[in-house]
Amino acid sequence: MYFLLVYMYIKNHVYMFPDLLGCHGKCRRYLFCCFQDRAGQFFSSGHTNNWAVLVCTSRFWFNYRHVANTLSVYRSVKRLGIPDSHIVLMLADDMACNHRNPKPATVFSHKNMELNVYGDDVEVDYRGYEVTVENFLRILTGRLPPSTPRSKRLLSDDRSNILIYLTGHGGNGFLKFQDSEEISNVELADAFEQMWQKRRYNELLFIIDTCQGASMYERFYSPNLMALASSQVGEDSLSHQPDLAIGVHLMDRYTFYLLEFLEDIHPASKTNMNDLFKVCPKSQCVSTPGHRTDLFLRDPGSVLITDFFGSVRKVELTMETINLTDPIDAESGELQKEMHTYADQLPVSEIIHQKPKQKDWHPPDGFILGLWTLILLVFFQTYGVKHLKHIF
Amino acid sequence: LQSVRGQLAALSIAAVVIIVGVPLWWRTTETYRAWLPVSQIKELAKLQLHLSADVEVVFARGTVTPEQQKKVPLTQTQNMEHRVDGDSFNAILTPMRLSNSASVEADLSLHTLSESPSGSLVVYVIPESSSLLPQNVDVYIGQRRTALLRIGSQMRVGKTLEQLLAHMEPRIKQVLHVMSFSHTDITAALSNRVRISPGNKESIADSMRAFKSSPGYEITFSLLNPDPKSHRLHWDIEGAVETYIQPLLTKLSPVANFSIDSQTLYYAMLGVNPRFDSSRSTYTLNADSLAHVINPVEARLGSNAASSNPVLNFLLYIPDAHHSPLYIHDHKKQQVPTNAFHSPRWGGIMVYNVNEFYEVDTVFPVDINIDMAKVMGVFLAQLRLLLGVQSSTPPPGFLVAPCGNAGLADWELDRLMWSRSVENIATATTTITSLAQLLDQIGNIVINDNIAQQVSSAVTSLQLAVSELEAGNLGFALQYSKEAILSSERAFFDPSLLHLLYFPDDQKFAIYIPLFLPMCVPILLSLLKIVSEARQKHREKKPKKD
Repeated sequence: MYFLLVYMYIKNHVYMFPDLLGCHGKCRRYLFCCFQDRAGQFFSSGHTNNWAVLVCTSRFWFNYRHVANTLSVYRSVKRLGIPDSHIVLMLADDMACNHRNPKPATVFSHKNMELNVYGDDVEVDYRGYEVTVENFLRILTGRLPPSTPRSKRLLSDDRSNILIYLTGHGGNGFLKFQDSEEISNVELADAFEQMWQKRRYNELLFIIDTCQGASMYERFYSPNLMALASSQVGEDSLSHQPDLAIGVHLMDRYTFYLLEFLEDIHPASKTNMNDLFKVCPKSQCVSTPGHRTDLFLRDPGSVLITDFFGSVRKVELTMETINLTDPIDAESGELQKEMHTYADQLPVSEIIHQKPKQKDWHPPDGFILGLWTLILLVFFQTYGVKHLKHIF
Repeated sequence: LQSVRGQLAALSIAAVVIIVGVPLWWRTTETYRAWLPVSQIKELAKLQLHLSADVEVVFARGTVTPEQQKKVPLTQTQNMEHRVDGDSFNAILTPMRLSNSASVEADLSLHTLSESPSGSLVVYVIPESSSLLPQNVDVYIGQRRTALLRIGSQMRVGKTLEQLLAHMEPRIKQVLHVMSFSHTDITAALSNRVRISPGNKESIADSMRAFKSSPGYEITFSLLNPDPKSHRLHWDIEGAVETYIQPLLTKLSPVANFSIDSQTLYYAMLGVNPRFDSSRSTYTLNADSLAHVINPVEARLGSNAASSNPVLNFLLYIPDAHHSPLYIHDHKKQQVPTNAFHSPRWGGIMVYNVNEFYEVDTVFPVDINIDMAKVMGVFLAQLRLLLGVQSSTPPPGFLVAPCGNAGLADWELDRLMWSRSVENIATATTTITSLAQLLDQIGNIVINDNIAQQVSSAVTSLQLAVSELEAGNLGFALQYSKEAILSSERAFFDPSLLHLLYFPDDQKFAIYIPLFLPMCVPILLSLLKIVSEARQKHREKKPKKD
């Protein structure tokens, strides 16, 4: 028992002060190349594209702040360069067009309506009831039905850096989706492991802003993961300020200070992760933010914020060209004046004529069993207590 | 009597529960798992690849003496074993056929007419004094699968045959490395599986730049016109693609499918302000600011929503009249001759200046016909780089023939096919192995029949691909490896394999207790009552017996 306590104490401190353990992170031998080359940022990070998966898991008007959290991270990420085609935005409820919103088509993050994070070019990929644990895991692992469009997929490869941001209500080891289901930290860790097996990411930054958020990254075991949480196990993440005109709290503290920090970053800035770890100390946040870097191979001091939040492309100058001498055949152009045909993108005839899926038989659930037990009891009661005596 | 009836009732209920109920509950709650060929998958996981390339070495007249000619062995097998990362890999065999030819010129013309099978090479050894090659060039690599190798000056006639062969061996190996595959190529292709140590910068850059092997690619050509008021642009993209790009893609069709589309975007600006260089009175973009050009433009490029294939974007940017001419400068402030740059795994951008088409006082908008040959030359070079065709510069003393109209030499295609086959096989093997491991670990996932079928067909294709590589049939090996990749990806990414069935133990208890406890407690209590009554009767009987 005592040993367990000591172990937990050490574990917590390992996550917050990785330097204590020295080479802990570098002791894994996986695919990695590390260059600190001045001549080009080309080799310093090893990624060629960036993706972001931003999820807000709670619905109802009083959870306005979770939608505002997600939208403010979305805004920062877009401003720093990641295009919409590389962002998967999941919002569990529509706050901007909610009946109770006194200013429709806006979602504010600062009181006195200073900053509208909804803007006019928001592209929400999963909305409302589409935000479920199943869809979230499907996006991460890539197991989507073939009819899913590109904008709803995470098409990352082995050179993608992915930012995953989750916010909502959570507890010790789980995160609540839509008030009806939850995702556990084991499932999340397994999903990341499957992503690693298929090399669907180069490096992954996981940020979670919920109560007891640190419990969600406790179970990670795949390499190249860095995690940040807004509060430790046993602590609650608190919200920032209410706006009296709108009537709800607008943002959570951690994300509020994170947004302030990100507003100072521009695509060419050289701020690194150590500054991100210092965002929202206990004096501002009331809860203690935590981070985990032991699975990450590079030193956090050498990881730029724009490696995950922005999308700085590597470029190479093209030095060669091919000498083409054939003239273009003008005649072939004129002969092919065929009308444009509609390219069938989905096998519509197959879909229409599909047989309905056979549903699996499930044994009767608790309600039916309880009902039958009640009926039997009433039967025995009316028709003879003496029969009951033999059973009980 | 009533107590007997009661006891019988209790016993029969218990019997029904145990004999009928428990098996029924077990069957209805178990998950359907089809059989997977796990042992074969484990076999495949210890990947042992044998790559064999057919090399024919022809000694021209003047390189061997007539007596040596008779003694030349017909075949000689070279066996180069390479271990890639101690994870048990590779042996590479290269059977060499040695033959003689009295006239090398006739032979050459014969070979340029006939097709060598893919994966094979013919190396002609010509005498030192031959005039077929320029002075400082020792090796000439042709467009087809042929190479000319000049015999070294140390090898005067008079040396023995063994010495001659021993001298030729490393040089032929060098040719093989350039034209077919080398250790670094195979290691790069296996980068998914293998923990590569930091190699040289070029190989890392190559592996980061080229797209991963995929069954299909989409190529999009976009014309960016930020200033339609000044320029009315005409580009014959259909003709240009048909004439210049399509031959390359047709040649690459065994490797992947390609789909091409094109678009024109108006009022699309670059995200960076070019600087005015007063010394040359041109506008310049230096190399450091190029990284920020792509993102604002990418937001406006569309893509084909129906496929998940990787997209290669080629953008042609015509600078607006106020910022013409626009040149790209490299780090040394020199103008880049092609005026183009590319981004790894994304595509390329070329800036095409049109200011020479009009004077200061012409009436705007000006009709401009874009010279597609020049544009496509650059795009073709970028396409080659992005697809992984090009690689490191050849060693000194080598002269490589230009790649001709198709844009791709036969041996370059072979190179690509070798590395793609190995990459496909490695990826498919990793996918299948990790899928088997995953299904093994998580006992709650349902394995449908179609998944089992895909896995079996992937395993079969993999075995066939490995055996074809060993036999040296490159075309078949690539085909089987592609089938293996398709089946394995389909099996791994099947939507029904979602692991949502994580039940911690306390949740299992919480589900089953309200269902079974109210039913089992009366049965257990009544059974206990029966047992205690029987024991009491037995104890009562005992004194009576005495």
